[in-house]
Order: sequence, then C-alpha cells, then structure tokens
Amino acid sequence: MSIGHTLLGLLESGPRHGYDLKRAFDEKFGHDRPLHYGQVYSTMSRLLKNGFVEVDGIETGGGPERKRYAITEAGITDVEQWLATPEKPELYLQSTLYTKVVLALLTHRDAADILDTQRAEHLRSMRILTERKRRGDLADQLICDHALFHLEADLRWLELTAARLDKLREAVTR
Amino acid sequence: MTPPPGALLAADNLRKAYGPTNALDGAEFSIHPGEVVAVMGPSGSGKSTLLHCLAGIVTPDSGSITYDGREMSTMSDAQRSALRRSEFGFVFQFGQLVPELTCVENVALPLRLNGTPRKAAERAALSWMQRLEVDDLGRKRPGEVSGGQGQRVAVARALVTDPRVLFADEPTGALDSLNGERVMELLTDAARSTNAAVVLVTHEARVAAYSDREIVVRDGKSRDMERAI
Amino acid sequence: MSVRQWARDLRMGAKFAFTGGREGWIRVLLTAVGVGLGVALLLLTTAIPSALTAREQRGNARADYPSHYDNPERPKTDNTLVIAKLDTTYDNKNVRGRLVQPDGPRATLAPGLTKYPAAGDMIVSPALRELLDSSDGKLLRERLPYRVVGTIGESGLIGSQELAYYAGADDLEQRIGKDWEVARLDAFGATDQTSTRLDPVLILLVLVVFVVLLTPVAVFIAAAVRFGGERRDRRLAALRLVGSDSRMTRRIAAGEALSGSLLGLVFGTVFFLIGREAAGSVQIQDISVFPGDLNPTPALAALVAVAVPAAAVLVTLLAMRGVVIEPLGVVRTAKPARRRLWWRLLLPLAGLAMLYPMFGQGRDQGNFNQLLVIGGILLLLAGVTALLPWVVEAVVGRLGGGGVAWQLAVRRLQMSSGMATRPVNGIAVAVAGAIALQMLFAGIEGDYTKDTGKDLDRAQMQVNTTPGIPLAPVTEKFAALKGVRKVTALGIGSMGNISWRSADGPQRMVQVAIGDCAALRETADLPSCHDGDVFALRSSRNDGGDTKVLAKPGRTLHLGTSEVSGTALDVKWTVPQDLKHARVIKDPNGMEREGFLMTPSALPAQASGALSGEIYLSLDESVPYVKEQVRNTAVTADLFANTTVWASTEQSTKFVKIRIGLLIGVTCVLLLIGASLLVSQLEQLRERKKLLSALVAFGTRRRTLSLSVLWQTAIPITLGLLLASAVGLTLGAVLLKMTAETVSVHWPSVLSMVGIGAGVVLLVTLCSLPPLLRLMRPDGLRTE
Repeated sequence: MSIGHTLLGLLESGPRHGYDLKRAFDEKFGHDRPLHYGQVYSTMSRLLKNGFVEVDGIETGGGPERKRYAITEAGITDVEQWLATPEKPELYLQSTLYTKVVLALLTHRDAADILDTQRAEHLRSMRILTERKRRGDLADQLICDHALFHLEADLRWLELTAARLDKLREAVTR
Repeated sequence: MTPPPGALLAADNLRKAYGPTNALDGAEFSIHPGEVVAVMGPSGSGKSTLLHCLAGIVTPDSGSITYDGREMSTMSDAQRSALRRSEFGFVFQFGQLVPELTCVENVALPLRLNGTPRKAAERAALSWMQRLEVDDLGRKRPGEVSGGQGQRVAVARALVTDPRVLFADEPTGALDSLNGERVMELLTDAARSTNAAVVLVTHEARVAAYSDREIVVRDGKSRDMERAI
Repeated sequence: MSVRQWARDLRMGAKFAFTGGREGWIRVLLTAVGVGLGVALLLLTTAIPSALTAREQRGNARADYPSHYDNPERPKTDNTLVIAKLDTTYDNKNVRGRLVQPDGPRATLAPGLTKYPAAGDMIVSPALRELLDSSDGKLLRERLPYRVVGTIGESGLIGSQELAYYAGADDLEQRIGKDWEVARLDAFGATDQTSTRLDPVLILLVLVVFVVLLTPVAVFIAAAVRFGGERRDRRLAALRLVGSDSRMTRRIAAGEALSGSLLGLVFGTVFFLIGREAAGSVQIQDISVFPGDLNPTPALAALVAVAVPAAAVLVTLLAMRGVVIEPLGVVRTAKPARRRLWWRLLLPLAGLAMLYPMFGQGRDQGNFNQLLVIGGILLLLAGVTALLPWVVEAVVGRLGGGGVAWQLAVRRLQMSSGMATRPVNGIAVAVAGAIALQMLFAGIEGDYTKDTGKDLDRAQMQVNTTPGIPLAPVTEKFAALKGVRKVTALGIGSMGNISWRSADGPQRMVQVAIGDCAALRETADLPSCHDGDVFALRSSRNDGGDTKVLAKPGRTLHLGTSEVSGTALDVKWTVPQDLKHARVIKDPNGMEREGFLMTPSALPAQASGALSGEIYLSLDESVPYVKEQVRNTAVTADLFANTTVWASTEQSTKFVKIRIGLLIGVTCVLLLIGASLLVSQLEQLRERKKLLSALVAFGTRRRTLSLSVLWQTAIPITLGLLLASAVGLTLGAVLLKMTAETVSVHWPSVLSMVGIGAGVVLLVTLCSLPPLLRLMRPDGLRTE
C-alpha cells in the first residue's frame, strides 16, 4: 500500500497537521499497523520535495512547531492517477506452503499433517477476523472480508492440495 | 475412550457403511454447551453422516454416542424422535420449509409437534422471527420469500424449541455470501444467547470461521484440530 | 400451416414422450396404464352383451327342463335317453346334477359330452372336479358317490366355474312317471326359443348401469392423461426458449398425449386379454364366464380405439388452456380465477331438465327416450365433477384449527385443491351413480321380489321325499344330526271321491297330512290330540270347498299318492264317525292346508307306501356344515329328495344379475380409481422426499405424517362422497319418479356405497404407507 498516496488522498478534504493525518490514517486504514511519527514525517517531506503538497502554515505554540500541509494541483493529479491505475493482482506462485508440502513428500514426511496444521492456523486467523468483523463497523467489515477472502483462497488451495496429495507425491518423487 | 468431561454430546469410534462405502470409519466427536463446532471436510467425506448419527437420525453400525450422559444406541426410535423434537434443532441447506404452511406456521411446527397449543406456539414463533428479523413474513408462504429470508425462517424454526444442540447442515450452502454471513451471525448469536451447542457442517472456511473450533472429516475419520495442535 | 409442419410437431411430441429420460418414461407409462385400464374396462363392457348371449345359447342348447319333463313318456328308441334332474346346492353354490341312462348306443348326447358314463360313474365340470378333490368338497363327495371318469367340455357349461355333473344310472326307467324329475328325451335344446324380452324398466336399469360405470372411467382417463403435467410444461417452456411458438408447443403436447394414449390402447388390449383370462376364474353368485365368450362388438371396439386417443388429446389441450407457457417458465393463469358456481350448477340442472319429461311414465307405458335418459344422467353425473372442485375449494378455504397432521393436510389442500380433487372426481361420480341405481333397485324391488311367506322362526330347511320312502327312519336320522333342533315330518297324500284308477280320476280331492300330534299342531289349532284321531280342517278363508263335501263321517274315500302316479295303489278309507274339526293355522311353509289331518294309527296300513314326505327342519345354523349334513342325509335316504333352504324373500333372477353386474362394476371402477389415486399420491410423496426426511429429522412422529396423508385424501373424498350422495339421491329420486315408484331412500345401500368409497380411501392410504415410511428414512437427507 502506498502511504504517500493515502496521505495525499486524506489531504484532499482540507489542510491538516501531521498529527491529524496520522490519526485519520490510523482510524481508517491502520488497523494492524499504526503509523510511526517518523513515517509521516519522512513521507511528507518526500511529497513536499515532489511538489505534491505545500506547507499551508506553521503554528508555534507552547510545544514543538507544527506544520500544516495542503495538497497541490499536482498532488490531486497524482492521487487521481494512483486511483485509476489497477493494482497488479498478486500471483503467489512460489508460496512457502507449496515448498513445505513438496519437501515433506520428498522426505517422506506426512504432508497431510502439514496441510491440516496450516488449515487450523488459517482458520484461527479467520476466526479472529470474523470476530472483529462482527464487532466492528462497516469499514472493519470490508477490511476483514478482504483478508478473509484471501485466507479462504489459501484454504481452498489447502483442501485441493490435500485431495491431490497422492498425485503430487507421484509427480515429485518420480 | 470416555467422553471429555463436561461434554454435552460425544461420539467415539463411529462406524457406518452405506453398502460397500464406509461413510464413517472410526470417527469421534465432542461438543460442550454453548460451543460452536464446525465439521469440515471435502464432499463425500462423511460430514453429513456424522451429523445424522449425532442427531440420532441414523443409527451407526458401531461406536457409541452419548448425549447428556445417556447412551443413544440404547434409545428406541421413538425416544430418539422425542429427543430431536425437544432438545435438538435442525437447519438444512435448502431450508426444507413445508411449502403449504405459512412462515410463522413453519416456525411454530416443532413446538406444535411437542404439543404446544397453536396460539402459544405461533406467538413464540413470531418472537423468534423477530430476533431473526423476518417477523414481517409471518403470513407469507415459503414460496413467496427469498432464499435468505427462508433460511432465516428455518433458523427460527430450529431455535424455537430452545434446543440444547443445534444441528446445521450447510446452512448457507444455497445463499450468497452476504446473506450467508447474516444467517451465520444470527444463528451463532442466537445459539450463544441460549447457551446451545451448534454442530455446524460446512465445507466453506468462512462459515466455519464462525465456530469456536473445527474438526475435519476425511475418508470417514475425524480429526479434532484443536487437540492436534 | 402445412400438414408437414403438423406432422413434424406431433412426431416431436411423440419423441419427447418416449425419450424424456426415466421421468419421461414413467409419465408415459402412467398415462398409458391409466388409459389402458380405462380402455380395458370399456372393452370388457362392450364384451358383456356377447358373453351373456353366449351364455344364454349354451343354456338353451343343453336345456332339458322343463320342456321335456312335460312329456315324460316318450317312446323308447335307440337314440333316446332317460334323464333325471338332481340339482343340489353345496356351500351356497348350485350344482347342476343329471342322472343319465341311455336307451341305446345312439342316445342323443348332451352338449360337452363325448359319451355317457356307465352306471356308478360320472363326468364332471372342471370346477366340480377341483372342488371334489379339495378338502372343502369332502361332504359333497359323500353326496356324489360316483367315480369320476371324465370332464364336461366347454360347450356343455354356461360358465367356467359352473359346478355340474352327469352320472350314469341303470334304474331310472322305472321312475318315469313317478318322479317329476325323471323323463325320457330324444334331443337336448329348448324347444321354444322364446328369447325373453327385457321389460322397459329393466332396459332403463341396464342403460343407467352402463352410463354409471363408464362415466367414472372417462373421468379417470381424463385424470390419467394429466399425470406429471407440470414436468411436461417445464419442458415445453424450455422449447419455447429455443424458439418454438405457443401453437407449436400445443401441438407438441398433443403429440405427447397422443402417443401416451396410443400406448395406452395397446396396454388396454393387453389388459383386456389378461382380464378376459382372469374373468374365467372369477365367479360371483354362481355366475362365471368363459374367456372365449368375452368378445367386444367390433363396431364398439373400433369406437373405443378412435375415441380414447381423441379424448386424451382433447383433455390435454383443455388442461393447457389455463397455462401460458413462456420461454422462461410456466405461468398459470388459472390460479387467480376463482372457481365460479353458476355454470357448474347449470350442468346438473340441465340434466334434470332432460329427465323431467319422463316423469311418471311408469312401467306400463314404458317408453323412455334413450337419448334423453343417457344425456340427462350424463349431465347430472358430470355435474358432480363440475361442482366438486368448487365445493372442495370453498370448504377447504374455511377449514382451520386441529392438530399438526390436520394443519399440514388442510394447508396442502388449500394450496392445490385442484390436484387433490381430480382423482376424487371419479370416485364421486361412481358413487353418485351407484347410489342412484341402488335406489332405483330398492324402489322397484317389490315388483321383482316376492315375499315367500315362509316362517323362518319355525324352520329353516325343508326336505320333500318322494312317495314310498318311509318317513320314520328318515326323521330319526335327521333328529340325530348335530345342529338339528327340531324335525317336523308330515306324510302327504290325497283323498279322492272315487278310485284313482278310474278313467278320469277323482273329480273331488283333498290333501291329507299324516303326522304325530306335535307335527300336526304345526298346521292346525288342535284342542286335543291322541293317536288315532282324524281332523277335518276348517279354513279361515273359504267355505271349505272339497273338504266340506268329503268330510262326511262314513263316506269312503280313495287314497292316492300324488297327482303324478295315477297308476298307484287304490287304498280305501272311511271317514270315521268321531271325525274332529280343527281350525287351520299357517304351517312353517307359510301356507294354510286343506283336507284332513291324521295321526299315524288312523291311516290304513297299506297307505304308507303312497305317501310323500314333507320334513321341516329347525337348525342351529352356528354348527358348521349343518345344511350340507342335512342334504347328504336326505340324499342317502332318498336320491330324489328335494331339499330347500328357506330365505324369507326370493329375487327375480334377472334382477340379481343386473345388481351383481353393478356391484362388480362399481367395485372395479373404484379400485381402478384407487390405483390412480395411489399413483398420484406416490408421485407427490416422491417429490417431497427431502422435505419428509427433514420433518422426520426434527422429530416428527411417523404417525403424524401418516395421518396427514390420510387427511389429505380423506377430506376431499369425504366432500366428494357427500356431494355424490346428494346428487345420487337426487338422481335416484328422479329415476324412481320416472318409473312411477314411490320415492324412498334406501339408506343401507347409500351407506354401503359410501362405505366402499371410504374403503378405497383407506386402502389407498394403507398402500401408500410403506413407501411413505421408506421415504421418511434419513437417506432422503443425503444431498449426494
């Protein structure tokens, strides 16, 4: 995920302080990983350098000085471009799991066991996500669903692989 | 193997063959009150047979099933039927609502089978339909409601007797994911609120994620993933 | 629209009928079986007249009585035969018995025989042979102590199950002229071929019977053609999706129905042939037929072959009228249209209007317009099928309350009352017709049934012995039988004013009955009675007639045996001085005697050989086979003894035949409809297999589901039977009005008809229980 584009997008609704930006980000997108102050600072200075934002004003109060950032025309164009560009679907072609299964088959370990264990782990994650989804608002639900669908895809692969273990064993040990 | 302490329903070493195929080949199972257990596995693995055995619909060829400290194999068909009427609830993939009865009559049916007078049964049915957000369908026939609504009616029907065990066989199998999840939420919420145990047969991971733990049935053998880890 | 297009669509429909997979096949098969059963029944009905004719012809061909017995003393030649009629009854079945003694080798042969049996041998019908060989025939074997040497051919029997024998004898000749039942004849066959003309009321009855039987069959065929129609509609919708227009779908459906009913025609022929064979082994009330005699009239058979497929197509097209088949599914326009009452009421009213002109025509004028009769009855019965759906819908819509089983059934009926009513229509029509007929029967029963006046409290059997058989030993034998409570034996003779040997015989004669005081008291009111007493009977009705003239003390009278034996002894008897008089009462026979009563010692000693016997037996009918024991005893004592079991009334045989025909027919029709009811019931149950399993899963008692199936059938049938009773009673009353009989309801027959209808429901429910229980097994829950 591009933090720069996200922060730019948040700025579009109006100028904000760095701290406000962090709060807005965490609230809406940062469920797992809240932004560090340093991340905001370095991203903003990169954006400033590229001319996507400008400093709207500096407040000097009792504490440290606080910059207020505003988005530039170039920034708006950049956000637009980012949103319009489709994300490249991830391919997951060489997954660790596949490697583990093949290795287990080659070394005559119980590959089904690995798959089952992995499934249980996946389900555990899914359970946590489901629980969070039930308690959360619509944003939580959409985000959790995204993760759930991915996990489900993994699980389906696990099921399918489990069903084809015999064939796979034949193929890899030949 | 003795059932785990505190288990409401437990099965040990179940075997059941349909002709030459072994649907169950030494499966085990246990569930505690208030627990939601998903039974997973590929189609044809024996999930449904396990559920049918646990619910006393099918008699296993061998093995033991204890419900609330009672051995099911020693019960007569009538006793098991009575058990299903009063202590168990059922939700199936396609609702299996009686097409001629109105929705509220369908929900009231298990109560009426237990001898509750019609008025009282329908009142209770309506309150359950309220909880499942389908109380406005009361006078409609199952043919006139959508799949998701019908399945909620079916859940209400399964819960109306305050069962101690709810058996759900692919309860969302015929629904899109949004409707399916809503049904699962309502089902598990309702079951938790009455401390009912839920045996949830499904092949969908996202449905199984509503459970507390899962067991996997493969080739008629069960595997309890929690204990395995 | 080209003919080729038509042919193509019809052919396509036919192809669908046979290639629609397993379900398609079942549908075609059901239609074909339904149509086939109907066709078979129709063919059977058209074959009945020929069977009855054949039966009558065989009966005429072998007739030897009464025409020949009227003239017993035919000269003896080498082609004559002495024959004796020895009919008997065994276990309520009539046995036709003949003793034969050919006068020479060229003696005329009875139909069905190749030669006559020697004395002591007998030739029997296949059914009698079977009976004699079985353990049931033990007592009959005692009665027929002859050796079986052959079988009577078909041409000598009037029914496949007829019990008959010809036994050889060598002492018959001397009995000619002494026994009524012995005669010499030179040829078999009725001499006067007076084919009895049925009277108009009987013709009316026959007409009504046919209409009443065939209407439900038609209703049944109409229902059978519609088996599985919903699946067909879905398939037609798929055809619409790939581009056929609605006219094409109609033609394709017609093609389907046509092929189903053509197959049904083939089935019907096969069923008919099977039924014809089966009919040979069936016997009802002594009537059985030979399969070979059941030949449908060609013209009628051709009519059936054309009319049935045409009707099937017509019904299909009519049924599709309320259905719009769209490419994306079937739209039923029929559903919102409430069933209207007015035109449904019009049908029976029109029927009544057609029958009205014949009110009071009575049997004397006896001119019933056959077309009006058939049309009127048809319309009235069609009124049942028209009214029933409306009634069921109206009533079921108002039902509520009750237990779960009731609720399930009522709701199901509310959803699709039409489907439930269709098969019931047939039952309702059949019952309505049958009730009307039974009423008609009961109403005119008085004309065809005469009260025999016999007093069943005093005796239940009567044995008449031929003259010369000593009564006392016979009486003792009877009294010794287990189950015989009381034996009243009277010797009967006649007293003439001059000798019986004189040229013209006596001009005045009276009967004389001889018996002990107890026996005599059965016939007259005797203030006192001692052995040696003689009483002259005073009739309560007339002035005494010949008795008054002859009962003069001192007058000499001549005792003859009976009217037949004019050559008998001449025993003289003088009316004693101390002749007593007694008031006559009805004897057990229900008759009042005339003449003299004598105690045994008052009779001249030589007279005993001239007396025939009348023995009345009071029985304990709970003793098994007591009647057969009595018959056997009677035959041992006197081969020609005539034994009768009394019934209080006896029916005209014509009447019995029609009534039996009706009963057989209605039962067959009801069973047929029951079968279709079962088929559609099972079809419905199979469609609900999953639901049933689910209901069982959550603990529904099997009893509840079975009960709901029962209610589901019973509710429409109850309504159907009620409506049928109403229409049936109306039609019955109308028919009685037509024959100018007083209108009265014969409740037992109404109840029995309704009972048969209800029995069919019960039978159907019982038959559908095993599959229901099987469907309720949890296998139905398995999704794979």
